[in-house]
Amino acid sequence: MKKLNLKSMKKQTREQLFTYTVIIVVYIVVQLLIAAGSMSSLMQGLLVPMCTYSIVAIGLNLCVGYLGELSIGHAGFMCVGAFTGALCTKLLEGTITNKVLLLICALLVGTVVAALFGFLIGIPVLRLKGDYLAIVTLAFGEIIKNIINVLYIAKDTDGFHFAITNGNAIKLSDEGMWLINGAKGISRIPHLSSFTAGIILILVSLFVVYNLVNSRSGRAIMAIRDNRIAAESVGINITKFKLMAFTISAAIAGAGGVLYAHNLSTVTATPANFGYNMSIMILVFVVLGGMGNFRGSIIAAALLTLLPEVLRELKDYRMLIYAIVLIAMMLFNWAPKCIEWRQKIVTRLKKNTGKGAA
Amino acid sequence: MKKFMSVLLATAMVATCLAGCGQKSEGASQAAGTEAAGASTDGAVFKIGSIGPTTGDAAIYGQAVMNAAQIAVDEINAAGGINGYQVAFKYEDDQADAEKSVNAYNSLKDWGMQILMGSVTTTACIAVTDKTAEDGMFQLTPSASSTDVIINDNVFQACFTDPNQGTASAQYIADNGLATKVAVIYDSSSVYSSGIEATFVEEAQAKGLEVVAEESFTADSKTDFSTQLQKAQSAGAELVFLPIYYTEASIILTQANGMGYAPTFFGVDGIDGILGVENFDTSLAEGVVLLTPFAADAADEATQSFVAKYKEAYGETPNQFAADAYDAIYVIKAAAEKAGATPDMSVSDLGAALTAVMPEISVDGLTGVGMTWKATGEVSKAPKAVVIKDGAYVAM
Repeated sequence: MKKLNLKSMKKQTREQLFTYTVIIVVYIVVQLLIAAGSMSSLMQGLLVPMCTYSIVAIGLNLCVGYLGELSIGHAGFMCVGAFTGALCTKLLEGTITNKVLLLICALLVGTVVAALFGFLIGIPVLRLKGDYLAIVTLAFGEIIKNIINVLYIAKDTDGFHFAITNGNAIKLSDEGMWLINGAKGISRIPHLSSFTAGIILILVSLFVVYNLVNSRSGRAIMAIRDNRIAAESVGINITKFKLMAFTISAAIAGAGGVLYAHNLSTVTATPANFGYNMSIMILVFVVLGGMGNFRGSIIAAALLTLLPEVLRELKDYRMLIYAIVLIAMMLFNWAPKCIEWRQKIVTRLKKNTGKGAA
Repeated sequence: MKKFMSVLLATAMVATCLAGCGQKSEGASQAAGTEAAGASTDGAVFKIGSIGPTTGDAAIYGQAVMNAAQIAVDEINAAGGINGYQVAFKYEDDQADAEKSVNAYNSLKDWGMQILMGSVTTTACIAVTDKTAEDGMFQLTPSASSTDVIINDNVFQACFTDPNQGTASAQYIADNGLATKVAVIYDSSSVYSSGIEATFVEEAQAKGLEVVAEESFTADSKTDFSTQLQKAQSAGAELVFLPIYYTEASIILTQANGMGYAPTFFGVDGIDGILGVENFDTSLAEGVVLLTPFAADAADEATQSFVAKYKEAYGETPNQFAADAYDAIYVIKAAAEKAGATPDMSVSDLGAALTAVMPEISVDGLTGVGMTWKATGEVSKAPKAVVIKDGAYVAM
């Protein structure tokens, strides 16, 4: 067996291992902090949302950073994942008592259905050149939200009842249970999400995207992004690889949605949580973290989820400060002058440490 | 190497951020600890927290609750507090979002909250009830009116439940013979609105009213209602029931006037506040009937004193959300006094004690005289119907 040697490893592998290690270290540190009782309830409550948004950002980064297609409907896939996952849990709650198993079932269902929707949307749209995906996904996000708001599904001894727009049409017997109650969404979802589940999901999605990106398919996807005509000329099936990347991206967003739904006891499709603004928010995570940089997406998602809550002390001014901090962070990360300046500082630091060592 | 460096810096940043928060909470818990320790000597305080939107679309409701609760707390403190203990009050913003509401709840817990008066909006409240049930904290919501809110034993409502409002409205219309053909325009994306609509239609049919049009809109399309109004008009509706908030209602009234359609408009507590809408011709609201537990120009002394204080402090007339919040604080006071609660009780003990006495107390407040509670968490108080005449509410 070949000895594991960090130096002789490929740069990519080393980078990946580093990311996994950092996440696991953060996980252990957080667990220790919780065990020591030195972490506030607010922070503990934020752990799962941070994981949720990191996962969705990883999914979107695959689409934006590697496929080079803009999607502004990822909240829609999250919504699909959240509702189907929660629906699955509500139905299986009676038969499966093991919480872990229940969450895994919900995750599978949510992910698969979100992937299916991604696939269906991708079939017509990804054949086209240009920004059509952005427009169609935008529409998709809004449509899903509105459909769920008029959808009524209930279950009682007579079986399932469905209604559209008019919930009054359903007359339930006493043991009946609402599954989706129009605008009220799904309520009384068991609390299954945990920080551990979130971290495992992040690791799994990272594993999936890293392996995809560094595989033959991944290189094909990037070739399409960089030059479609050249890619076509060497015989790459454009639609197939685009569909592959987009479907996986949607699936990961769906998994994030499942985690979201099981962290709250109720899930409703409102503009605030699954609307256009949320899609843009996820895009902001990706852009701030760097296109094609999954690690950056996680850090950006975690920081930006944390920021408005940490700024709570500022009351109503916090969203204003939040916006300013966001602009400052964008400039610091991506303005050419800033990058130059950061490099200067880094080289100076290196020189100094070099001198110190000598 | 450059990338490694940047990642390292970033992780360091996250770590310091996390550590910073950890330390802060430590500091907070220490502070709470010293306060608790000082309790035996120089009077501890009851810490009442509240959650609601002070930013975003529903900000007006959250602000009303925050202001009114503050007035009530100040009054109680001036009068000697609850069981001789002063009350500390803290309010957190949730933007009417379930996830942010849970964050706000956790943030208040770090502050040392013992009793929760919130959340203001229904969806957010449902998410929070799950957390209070876990912690055994007593929760009284001023205005989250869905029946899903009170599933857990520790949660009580100061406002009517949605089904109650729908049923009461239909009964009122039928019993007073206001109309026989009614139309409903409601927000299908709002839990509040669709909840009332469902029970209204059910009760209306039972009472022999003819529901000729059930028209909906969503939060995304709430600026033009001409289609809905035209349908109601062509169906010959004599009365249009509006189980919605006043912002949309003011647009509906303006557009109906533009079309020359003048049925009776009948609203519920969400319409309260319509006279304060900016750039709205209040003469259009003449003749609007609404079912609300609170009217700002009621003649009783309690209401007048509250309205005067509110106007002086915040420069506007309080709405029904404010009145419910004001009452809610006094309900907490009444329950705490009945249970003989003290601030040194643990959160869950306090919660259990208050939950146990809630069905026994009776409170006279701004929104009802002799309000009582069922063990399920539902309040029983009589709705009042008022009509808008000459720019003011007049009891019917």
